[in-house]
Amino acid sequence: MTSAIQHAEPSSAPGSTTTVATLRLRDWKTPIAFGIFTVIAAILFIAYGRHGDATFTFTSLSTDVVHVPDLPINVWGFGIAATAIAAVMTVVSVAYVRSRRDIPRWYLALFAFVLLVCFLAWATAGETLPIIGLLGGALALSVPLIFGALGGVMSERSGVVNIVIEGQLLAGAFVSAVVTSSTGSAIAGLVAAGVAGMLVSFVLAAFSITYYVDQIIVGVVLNVLVLGLTNFLFATVLTQHPTTLNSPKPLPTFAIPGLSAIPVIGPVLFNQTAIVYVMYVAVAVVFYLLFFTRTGLRIRSVGEHPRAADTVGIDVSSARFWSVSFGGAIVGIGGAFFTIGSVGAFSEDVSSGQGYIALAAVIFGGWHPIKATFAALLFGFANELQSELSILGSPVPSQFLLMLPYIVTIIAVAGLVGQSRAPGADGKPYFK
Amino acid sequence: MKLELRGITKRFGSLVANDHIDLAIEPGEIHCILGENGAGKTTLMNMLYGLLPIDEGEILIDGVAQHFTSPRDAMRAGIGMVHQHFMLVPVFTVAENVILGHEQTTFAGHLNMAAARVRVKEIAAQFGFHIDPDARIEDLPVGVQQRVEIIKALALDARVLVFDEPTAVLTPQETDELMSIMRQLRDSGRAIVFITHKLREVREVADRITVVRLGKVVGSVSPGASDAEMASMMVGRAVELTVAKGPAKPGEAALVVEDLVLADRHHLPVLDHVSFTVRRGEILAVAGVQGNGQTELVETLFGMHRDATGTATIDGKNLLGIGSRAAIEAGVGFVPEDRQRDGLVGDFTVAENLMLNRSAGPPFVRHGGLQLRLLRRFADQKIREFDVRTPSASTRARQLSGGNQQKLVLARELSRDLRLLIAAQPTRGLDVGSIEFVHERIIAARDEGVPVVVVSTELDEVTALADRIAVMYRGAIVGIVPPDTPRDVLGLMMAGAPVDGPRQAA
Repeated sequence: MTSAIQHAEPSSAPGSTTTVATLRLRDWKTPIAFGIFTVIAAILFIAYGRHGDATFTFTSLSTDVVHVPDLPINVWGFGIAATAIAAVMTVVSVAYVRSRRDIPRWYLALFAFVLLVCFLAWATAGETLPIIGLLGGALALSVPLIFGALGGVMSERSGVVNIVIEGQLLAGAFVSAVVTSSTGSAIAGLVAAGVAGMLVSFVLAAFSITYYVDQIIVGVVLNVLVLGLTNFLFATVLTQHPTTLNSPKPLPTFAIPGLSAIPVIGPVLFNQTAIVYVMYVAVAVVFYLLFFTRTGLRIRSVGEHPRAADTVGIDVSSARFWSVSFGGAIVGIGGAFFTIGSVGAFSEDVSSGQGYIALAAVIFGGWHPIKATFAALLFGFANELQSELSILGSPVPSQFLLMLPYIVTIIAVAGLVGQSRAPGADGKPYFK
Repeated sequence: MKLELRGITKRFGSLVANDHIDLAIEPGEIHCILGENGAGKTTLMNMLYGLLPIDEGEILIDGVAQHFTSPRDAMRAGIGMVHQHFMLVPVFTVAENVILGHEQTTFAGHLNMAAARVRVKEIAAQFGFHIDPDARIEDLPVGVQQRVEIIKALALDARVLVFDEPTAVLTPQETDELMSIMRQLRDSGRAIVFITHKLREVREVADRITVVRLGKVVGSVSPGASDAEMASMMVGRAVELTVAKGPAKPGEAALVVEDLVLADRHHLPVLDHVSFTVRRGEILAVAGVQGNGQTELVETLFGMHRDATGTATIDGKNLLGIGSRAAIEAGVGFVPEDRQRDGLVGDFTVAENLMLNRSAGPPFVRHGGLQLRLLRRFADQKIREFDVRTPSASTRARQLSGGNQQKLVLARELSRDLRLLIAAQPTRGLDVGSIEFVHERIIAARDEGVPVVVVSTELDEVTALADRIAVMYRGAIVGIVPPDTPRDVLGLMMAGAPVDGPRQAA
């Protein structure tokens, strides 16, 4: 996909270090992707076009103050319009590449948004789609992903690859169910989940930091171990004493006064269970910790260049150990979502691979807590979309819809939306 | 503050890296520690800086014995270090690197970056240079990065500053600037320890010189001593400082490179319209500060980097993007700059390493089977011919010294009929004896009529070997000049200054 190369600037004069000439390769990846999506849009919305109105509703059950009217959409007309917009945007993206300018992020987002809205309308033709339900559900499904991604960021920023997110989620889910059932306190359950996640981290940290064992191998083995252990305890202990050990009361949903009255986003963001509010705090804490504090600077330094950190007197092993452990605690709390945060009781393999999706969110989010959060939200949305659409009885086969979150993940991680750079020493043991 | 080392000894297994070393370092003095690669200089300094435990002996500051268990202790005692490989986090800013490890914070653990910026500017101003505290390290030229290392040490109020081989990555001009900073630091009453193997620098800046050989202090010399005197003390015998080399008898053009262009992942030019020719029987030396495209140039000539554009031909046959295997078959001999990563398989035997580039077929492989007896005979012969000091042909390459590893690589590359020899940093990290040997072999290859491309960041090596010198800067060839071009002109070219017309030797 490489064609001509040219100078953006001539080579600079001696001594000046500010100007850097660039040789920009024309990168046709984005226009090609745009083109493919436009063709898919034309096939879906025009060749297999549907007629009738799709109605998007914005009412929530309880907390509405301002009423947002329903939005009826003419599916056929909108489909043609959206396909046309997509075609025009594809042409413009070609112009961007020809003139060797970067395609801005907002442009990608706009393209995706137009096609997404059109797809929703097409899939709901003749029915109504509750938008608040969709977004709220998406947020809920994102909760474990966001916790997992935050824990992953904490760990990987310090230089330890965290494959064990899956195991930490599962451990958190199990322990919170048991502790909440036996004590009756959801708070105790959340704390216990954090401790469980941390304990899993201790094992990862001990093997990978102290004994230099390959981090991926330890991670994979730990995931299998946690899965086996929880399955065993579930089959032998929990099923024997279901009432005392595995019937936790789910966390209640409560609305935050004022904030929840904001139209559309209020009920989505601020009418949730406690664990979601804990998540908001966790995102803020991890962001502040990593980028504005002494601890964060040290964690990032051992993840980027441990020897440099060592020579200024930072204890690399201990910084990594505590960063991995803190990350584990966050993931553990996220695991509680699977039990006390939603259905209540624990069942075998309740995390069902979400930890790996969280890991993808870490990478897609460029090892940045806020960006990783948005990546997790995207994956959560894809997941929720799948279940909403199968309820609506959309013409897309449900098997295909089940694949949707994973396709989004692969496209995202494959770097379609820009390459990201891992911490310099991520995954590398530090030999003093 | 006076620093004394008494009877410092360090052993690694059976190897004695430092053998009862005594040193006294006085404030207001630049004390050079001169020694070859592998003489134990860096080991000594790592002990002084708390990075390695001391087996025997003691460190005294103003007569008080010190016990450093980590760099933190050494820093607290007033010792600062400018490392050979900078200890800077590339994605951090200057200010973040300077405060790392002793950060000031305000409310809620919030980093006090404002204070850090002020401190960086203050220290830089003392030495008359400007530095942007918010610049990211990876965006800065190496010379500036080194200043950040110095500022880092000074921010902790270091009284003794150790410079470990600080000039390896600098242009001659940057080296001069560093020397002047070192003098300023000395004049401010600090003690400077300057570790190097470059005689020129020592004579220019040293107040006192201690020579180290094979882990022992062999004596001191006055800064006025001759090069030959210092060199023979460092090596332990009389050495030829320049290799005997007859005039080149260049034949027809063999390697023709035209308009070679290569970009990296960030669209930055790595090779920027590079053109040159090398004739049979001549050595073109590519000079330049490390990281100005030399590595990519030789890799491209060796058939790698498939996305390079332009032309590169040897005797009319294309080399561009053909892959290393095809390049070997086209008769290209390649001595890579990192012999341990790219030149050898450390866990293979000497004999196995000697056939690495001929693993596809005869003579060493027939019908899929290794010809072990032939290989053995071949290896024994090459070991003698290239004076590889190894217990046997079945010793693992990893166990050889750097010089012997390099001889092994040369033996392999020179044991075929070559149409082109490419040698990147052929003597990096070698002792003087090995350097002589490698140079002789490269010149011998030239005299047999092979066109040779040598890449080196050491100007001494460039001028010793070159029949013509090409200077690279930011991926482009600044100019091609004759070997007798003065050092300061070469230095300016290495910083990107174009040459004036008459000097061009196309």
